[in-house]
Amino acid sequence: MDTRHVITVLHGWGFGAVFVVGFPLALVALAGTTSSADTQPSAREQQWLARGLWLLTAIGWVTVFAGAYVIYPWYRAKPPAGITDLSLYPRSLLLSHPDTQWLHSLGMEWKEHVSWLAPMILTMVAYIYTIYGAGLSQHRGLRRSFLAFTVVAFAAAGVSGIFGKALNNYAPVLTTRQVATGDTR
Amino acid sequence: MSDTPLHHNIDLPSGQAAAAILAAGVGSAALGVLALASDASPPINHILTFYRPTGALSGVTTTAILIWLGTWYGLGQRWHGKQIELARVNAASLILLGVGVALTFPPFMDLLQGK
Repeated sequence: MDTRHVITVLHGWGFGAVFVVGFPLALVALAGTTSSADTQPSAREQQWLARGLWLLTAIGWVTVFAGAYVIYPWYRAKPPAGITDLSLYPRSLLLSHPDTQWLHSLGMEWKEHVSWLAPMILTMVAYIYTIYGAGLSQHRGLRRSFLAFTVVAFAAAGVSGIFGKALNNYAPVLTTRQVATGDTR
Repeated sequence: MSDTPLHHNIDLPSGQAAAAILAAGVGSAALGVLALASDASPPINHILTFYRPTGALSGVTTTAILIWLGTWYGLGQRWHGKQIELARVNAASLILLGVGVALTFPPFMDLLQGK
């Protein structure tokens, strides 16, 4: 296992999966917290929820920055002239087949931008929750926006996760060693 | 620490939340507009290429983040401690968020460019 493989795995399965799986949990917890019922969480529970939101936010930012500045350059690297094996050049590999072109033109081109909405919105959500806590239940308009933005952030993370998985299935970011040995797991 | 339900921050003015929500909307829309501009215009694409290996995505996202944080800071200063009418802020924020999501969707981008 080399650096490229480790970073790609962490981005796709470590950071990405935790972010996508952890998000609905945060949403459910927030929905309960902002209800007007008498079952609002204790101060301790609110504190832990706020910490969880900030942790998710941090994971979101690490995920998009690692994706854009570490993995994306590998993905979009241009192959040298005359090369026929495009295994090391995922973008070119996808565009070389009519059946997989959509994965770049729709999947990657959407994912590379929309994924940034998730940490941006999560930062706002974590900030507002930290400031207002259970007091959110008294601001109905605020609650609605808060939840709407949270759902959009989750959807953005979901789009990124789903297309990331599809892209990795068809054109994984491989190392030269993997290409040489035929190990494309 | 007690496990009794809390109702703290009930009287906190809405200004801080309004600033954060509207700034998130502005940041989202900025991301969409910049993504469209870099896709539609080669000169803008070149200008937004802050880091060559990542291409214009580096400038699109960095600029959108700066617009988002700048807007948040500016609105936060202006609305701190004030009670802001949230209905209009919410509506504007959700529209801006919708613009951001739509403009990052490649088929919609292509439609706007007549591709």
